[in-house]
Amino acid sequence: MSSHPFNYTLLLADNSLIMGHRLSEWTGHGPILEQDIAISNIALDLIGQSRNFYQYAAQIKGDGATEDSLAYFRDAHEFKNILLVELPNGDWAKTILKLFFFSTYQYYLYQKLVDSSDKQLSAIAEKSLKEVTYHVRWSSEWVIRLGDGTEESSNRIKNALKELWGYTGEMFIPSNYESECAQNNIGVEVSSLKNDWENKVKEIFDEATLSIPAQRIDGSDGKNGGHTKHLEEILNEMQFLQRTYPGCEW
Amino acid sequence: MILEKNISPKQIWEMLAQITDPEIPVISIVDLGIVRNVRSDHSGIEIFITPTYSGCPAMDVISMNIRIGLLQKGLSNIKITQQLSPAWTTDWMTENGKAQLKAYGIAPPQTRSHGSPSDRISKLLFNDDVMVECPQCHSKNTTLLSQFGSTACKALYQCQECKEPFDYFKCH
Repeated sequence: MSSHPFNYTLLLADNSLIMGHRLSEWTGHGPILEQDIAISNIALDLIGQSRNFYQYAAQIKGDGATEDSLAYFRDAHEFKNILLVELPNGDWAKTILKLFFFSTYQYYLYQKLVDSSDKQLSAIAEKSLKEVTYHVRWSSEWVIRLGDGTEESSNRIKNALKELWGYTGEMFIPSNYESECAQNNIGVEVSSLKNDWENKVKEIFDEATLSIPAQRIDGSDGKNGGHTKHLEEILNEMQFLQRTYPGCEW
Repeated sequence: MILEKNISPKQIWEMLAQITDPEIPVISIVDLGIVRNVRSDHSGIEIFITPTYSGCPAMDVISMNIRIGLLQKGLSNIKITQQLSPAWTTDWMTENGKAQLKAYGIAPPQTRSHGSPSDRISKLLFNDDVMVECPQCHSKNTTLLSQFGSTACKALYQCQECKEPFDYFKCH
């Protein structure tokens, strides 16, 4: 086992970056100004967190790697993010529910990652946890508002739930490198987060008059580079400038 | 011309106290609590700063301003190190800094003690809205408009007395 958790750090970075990038697509398109600003701020937090992880991953890798080379010069199959974060935003309800699932997951994950034997991962988790706490609150309030709102809003979030629920299982199934890191007290045993996560989701769903679907399909492989075509679409846009003009700065 | 080796950390702290946050130009980076440590010896000066928020775009500008500020005093051998842990908290903001924020029209963070993280999330969610005083008319009759304001570190409030909307520097 390598004592340097390169793949594990990349997973954390990729999850935050892709989620942050998706949310940033709302900038300028939010339903009202305050919510446009809110979602843009959350995107900024997530991209900032991913930078901290990428900088650390680049340091582990050495060999001239930088945060930019990791973000802009890897292909889709090299990204390790879970599929949930790469899915298209859809309507506001789908975006909110996706963020709620993800933020709640990050919240419990970072709470444990603070105790990592790896000082840098612990430091990033400590920093990020404060921000994620606000994301959980904001997205929870919206889940309740939509679920317990009008017939239209309730239908929309129910449709989003049908689409997204199947993707939530992946968060709690460890990849090989996550298991290795968990055994070495560097990473978090993700299967141990499932109960807390489901309890929190249920608590908010009760307020929102939503119910957790009975079935969940637990098979996807984003953590090992198996992605939907949507990731390719994100990367085409996100990496375009650096691929066309490598090293360009302004 | 000042030589790095002749300068004391105290003098450097005084210089840093002249450098302000680019987004809130009334508060110095020292009052904001982001300068964590200053070291100086014959090899040069090292300044440790900690980001407020992970994605705070002001951090790069702050680093640049520190360099420019010290360069103007004749100090060029400077290393700026970003330190993530312990994570920055609004508790590190000085009383002086809070007063300056308020005078500028931004309600300063309300200090409160945090319980355990799991306590905190449930409080944060439904019943832990702090009472924020309007920086204009000092009324406590204010309402949260949005948890996220003009920058990541601020929330948007409105005063129900004087009707002015205002920024509140969030607890962090």
